[in-house]
Amino acid sequence: MIQLLTDGAQPRSLVLLGLLLVVLVAAPWLANDYLLTVLITILYFAYTGQAWNVMMGFAGQLSLGHAIYVGLGAYTAAALYVHFGVAPWIGLPAAIAVAMACGAIIGFLAFRFGVAGVYFAILTIAFAEFARIGFDHFTWVNGSSGFFLPVANYSHNDLWNLRGNPTMFYYLMLVLTAAAFVLCHVLMKSRMGYYWLAIREDEAAARSLGIDTFRYKMYAVVISAGMTAIAGVFFAFYYNNLFPEQVFHISRSIELILGPIIGGIGTLFGPIIGAFLLTGLSELMQNLMNAVGFDVPGAKHVFYGVCLLLVVLLLPGGVWPWLARLIGVTRGQS
Amino acid sequence: MAAQIYLNVAVSGLLTGLVYGLMALGLSVIFGVVRVVNFAHGEMMTIAMYLAIVCFTALKLDPLLMVIPIAAVLFAFGYALQAGLINPFINRPEHSQFILLVAIGMIIVNLLLIIFGPDARNVQTSYAFDSFEIGTVIVDATKVYAGIATLVVAAALFVFFRFTAVGKAIRACADNYTGALVVGLDVKRLYALTFGIGAACVGAAGVMLVLLVDVTPALGPTLTLLAFIIVITGGLGSMPGALIGGVLIGLTEAMAGLLFTPSAKSMFSFGLLVLVLLFRPQGILGKRAA
Repeated sequence: MIQLLTDGAQPRSLVLLGLLLVVLVAAPWLANDYLLTVLITILYFAYTGQAWNVMMGFAGQLSLGHAIYVGLGAYTAAALYVHFGVAPWIGLPAAIAVAMACGAIIGFLAFRFGVAGVYFAILTIAFAEFARIGFDHFTWVNGSSGFFLPVANYSHNDLWNLRGNPTMFYYLMLVLTAAAFVLCHVLMKSRMGYYWLAIREDEAAARSLGIDTFRYKMYAVVISAGMTAIAGVFFAFYYNNLFPEQVFHISRSIELILGPIIGGIGTLFGPIIGAFLLTGLSELMQNLMNAVGFDVPGAKHVFYGVCLLLVVLLLPGGVWPWLARLIGVTRGQS
Repeated sequence: MAAQIYLNVAVSGLLTGLVYGLMALGLSVIFGVVRVVNFAHGEMMTIAMYLAIVCFTALKLDPLLMVIPIAAVLFAFGYALQAGLINPFINRPEHSQFILLVAIGMIIVNLLLIIFGPDARNVQTSYAFDSFEIGTVIVDATKVYAGIATLVVAAALFVFFRFTAVGKAIRACADNYTGALVVGLDVKRLYALTFGIGAACVGAAGVMLVLLVDVTPALGPTLTLLAFIIVITGGLGSMPGALIGGVLIGLTEAMAGLLFTPSAKSMFSFGLLVLVLLFRPQGILGKRAA
């Protein structure tokens, strides 16, 4: 296992990765409450970005509607918890199953009927928007007035019911992010990973070599959907409230994919770097504006937009490939 | 009585649908030629809507008079955008173009938010409550004017693309990029021109839409999505398809709003979109891509 994970990696990159992990594990002792919540947000986006990257970065299928998997995961686990008292760890497999089923339906319809490229991207938006409006009218989970979980008692941590303080959620998210990283590494180096790569680069060629492209594209969608649903469960129990207008909104889907695109599509570190850059930048801007007393709504997002523009203009492959060259760890971390 | 209500709602939906169609026409023209999906389309439309509101409140200029000037402003905006930012992205992968346009859209939405604030705005024309009565059907005058103006603009575009040399050159770029380069067409300039024309369409549509709905900065992304639905339903790259798609979506939304709850009306549009994508991905009038 360790052999598989470290195979082909440079000692320098392993040392850097170890350092990063040590800093992240130690963070709750070093950071204050505010910084901790920022770190949770960063890890959340790193994780969801990693999940999205399986579909887009590995298999080349552009999904612009990943909010649907977050939302289905969040609503499934939350509804089971509130209505039937089912603990989130039991609700988790159900949440994953629902999201995977949804991913399978979208994937099946799209790939069977030959919906590809821009059309596929817009189909994913359509499903997410359909779900958003559907949940707005879904009275079992309170429709558009929002679905609330009983607020956590912060005096002690209840890991089984996911009620507790931010430190618990932080470590939970850190474990998830690390697990997703390892899973993606394994997937990338697996036979399926190479099939995905072939499909991404040239689908017709991949098919002519005998790869069952339909099946492997389906695997990519279903795995990505299931991984994203886990983030949804976390989202529900961390924020304790769910509104269809927020959870399923297209801006959630876009938010989720900016990280990996900025960081570098198809790379393992891209989603992590992207999440750090974007969330960090956004929080930094907010603090700067508070400090100088210039708090106009929208100003932060204008700056955000300009930064996105600059990155996509100047670093077409994303930040990570460039950064990797800079710190000399290009070999083995494609 | 009941039949009369349905007829009224249908006519109203049809006329609103024409304005939607003009908006989608802009998107369709841009995609059909430049092969870039304009994710900032609705945001550009809100620019036109706010321009119309400023002209109306500050200068007392009627929005219908401002259709052409504002379309011209949007043309310049679109031309500059394509020439300056989008042309270098033509051969980049889709997600790269997507980020570029999402970033542009984000900047537009939030600049408008800074300038105009989050409140809904509209124009109060003297003819806002006028209506025409044709038999038993009562139609809002503004919708009739907007519908007629849409048809005029669309007709002008058809003439431009079919009969002028520049229009033919643009269609040549759309049909065969390499071939257009080989025969010496300045493809980048034609692309900029096309994006400008698309922007002018959405500008004209925006000015007319301001007569029908209130505008907030957050309306932009909603309109972008609406334009996608229409264009794909009608057929990406097909000009009559965009108009027909617009009318179809306008009708669907109006009817769904009447028969179910108004808040669920766009669910039916998305449902329609999914059906079209699955059973006729090229759209109602679109040609099957090679």
